[in-house]
Amino acid sequence: MLRFLQTLDRRWIFLAMGLAVAVPILLQMRFPEKATPIAEKAFATINDLPDGSRVLLAFDFDPASEPELGPMATSLVRHCALRGYRMYFITLWPFGPQMIADKIREVIRADFPQLVEGEHWVNLGFQAGNEAVMQQAKSDFKRTFPRDDRGIAVGQIPMMAEIRTTRDFACLIAVSAGYPGGKEWVQYVVTPERGSAVPLRAVVGCTGVQTPQLFPYYPGQLDGLIGAIKGAAEYETLVNEFVEERSPGTTIPEKYQEAVRRMGPQLVAHVLMVSLIVLGNVIYFAGRRRGTVA
Amino acid sequence: MSRQRIIWAIIGVLFVVLIGWRANMGRMGRVYVEPTVKVFERVQPEAPPWADSGAKAPRPAWIPATAPAGAVDRPGLWRDRSAAGGEVIGWTSWNEVDATDYFKAQAAARTGGPPVVATLSWPRTVGLWLAALFTLAVFSFLYRDNPFYKFTESVVVGASAAYYMVVGFWNVLVPKLFGSLVPTLVRDLVQPTLREPEIADRVAMVLAGVLGVMLLMQLVPKVRWMAVWPLAFVIGTFAGLKLYTYIESDLLGQLRAATASSPIVIVKEIVPGTALSTPEVAWQSFIASLKNSLLFIGTVCTLFYFFFSMEHKGAAGRVARVGIWFLMITFGAAFGFTVMGRVTLLAKRFEFLFDDWLWFIDPKGVHQAVGMITGAFGVPWS
Repeated sequence: MLRFLQTLDRRWIFLAMGLAVAVPILLQMRFPEKATPIAEKAFATINDLPDGSRVLLAFDFDPASEPELGPMATSLVRHCALRGYRMYFITLWPFGPQMIADKIREVIRADFPQLVEGEHWVNLGFQAGNEAVMQQAKSDFKRTFPRDDRGIAVGQIPMMAEIRTTRDFACLIAVSAGYPGGKEWVQYVVTPERGSAVPLRAVVGCTGVQTPQLFPYYPGQLDGLIGAIKGAAEYETLVNEFVEERSPGTTIPEKYQEAVRRMGPQLVAHVLMVSLIVLGNVIYFAGRRRGTVA
Repeated sequence: MSRQRIIWAIIGVLFVVLIGWRANMGRMGRVYVEPTVKVFERVQPEAPPWADSGAKAPRPAWIPATAPAGAVDRPGLWRDRSAAGGEVIGWTSWNEVDATDYFKAQAAARTGGPPVVATLSWPRTVGLWLAALFTLAVFSFLYRDNPFYKFTESVVVGASAAYYMVVGFWNVLVPKLFGSLVPTLVRDLVQPTLREPEIADRVAMVLAGVLGVMLLMQLVPKVRWMAVWPLAFVIGTFAGLKLYTYIESDLLGQLRAATASSPIVIVKEIVPGTALSTPEVAWQSFIASLKNSLLFIGTVCTLFYFFFSMEHKGAAGRVARVGIWFLMITFGAAFGFTVMGRVTLLAKRFEFLFDDWLWFIDPKGVHQAVGMITGAFGVPWS
């Protein structure tokens, strides 16, 4: 038995992992989510902004990270729309405009048709230049984003009239998959503003790979951190609870339960992963005792 | 041929037959669209009553107009003369509709309802199938390297590179470089809202353009040395930009977070009017103190591990060893988060295969799932 396990073809592990993810999806398994304090803080930071606040949403991700970041971007846009904030969408990633367009279509156009483009939300699209864009936006936002994605000059967009620099936003929400993203926003825009009389609030939603890199910034330089699909599921739950509290009996559409749905396969896959790690250690130590491994 | 290969071949053929059968029945992997005709009429606004008689006439405007009969069948962008003698342009855009709605409309049409407007979109359906087959081709690498995987990998790399190039051209070269050098041409041809560049912008863009061309000299062996200068410029600028932000944000910011913002002993006070009892407040104080103490010990020990000016022996060795433990826990947490991310990506691909392509599940309620077993055997819509 030990010999069999020691020489087990790794493709059986792949198959087991595939089944661990596929079966919960086919059975549509889902589990209740309870928000952790860090997700609650992110929610409270956004929720407690005054009505009509200006929120800068930087969607720095692409289709490769959409499974992780898409659901949290949906929840964040929905939350801002529910609270009646003015949303300014930007991206520093070439694939970002498509991600912004998807969320505008899925959330704003579908469920908040009363929000008017140019008055309640604006899509300022993509700008190349990474940190240079952040640096310039800090001093001259309109020069950095001179027109929206329709080609209309920002001078003709009503909600851009009061925007001069990033200091004119109440909150920065960065949904980021890597470089440039949440870390750079913290370094170049949020931290320098931290010492001002009215510091720029910041919430970052990021991929699992990025989360450990961003944890040190919380809570000193970040007001909220939504880490990976787990954070997205917690945030989604909080927004859904907020909706149910405001309008009891509301049916939550499936598109607003995507992160929670995606946590079903997570649970089974993680149980399998932990079991395999334990099993691997048992095999190793048993082999060492019998002298079959060095 | 070995027995194992024969079994795999039979399984493969059965899979393909089953998929082909269901696809033929219209029970999977189809995208439906419906047309929306957009028509605009060019009108000449009247001059406002206060305008001078010699003033220039206002610019013509395009306003939405009613679509003429048969407009939906006209291909591409078309132009006409309007009844008033003006110009009318129009085109048909195709928007995706849920398969459920298409089936319902089809069923209604069979019982005397209005004709079905939506139609099967072959380009989008082919795109969906290609995405599904490419996904399977990538998964096939888990078994072993093969030509399908290699082909798919090449397509992804090629498509991504092309996309980046196109975006770079239209978002950087056209508005920034050409827009500064030949603004009138860019405004007339592609970007009517382009603002007039200032002299400083033009000079900066000429310099940037020259540096860009010099960078491309890397491809010409005889003048490769020219590429060193723009590289030096990029590296110098980047280093300067990074240096002070790292000092401010990472060094000083983290120092502040680990010291002044995190006292080791925290004694919370009972806030009048709150429901917390004394033991609860004491417990919270203890947990907060423990957290901050761990943070302090972890920071000091980990920093000590990287302090190589003294030998890690005795007490110093024990402190460094604790640092290693903290590092290992950090790496473990990072690994856990990475696994979570990768599992999410895998789950999304499976969702795509089971939901968008195979129609085995229907969490979004867009194609009225026909059930895993009945769907697999192509039971017709009821």
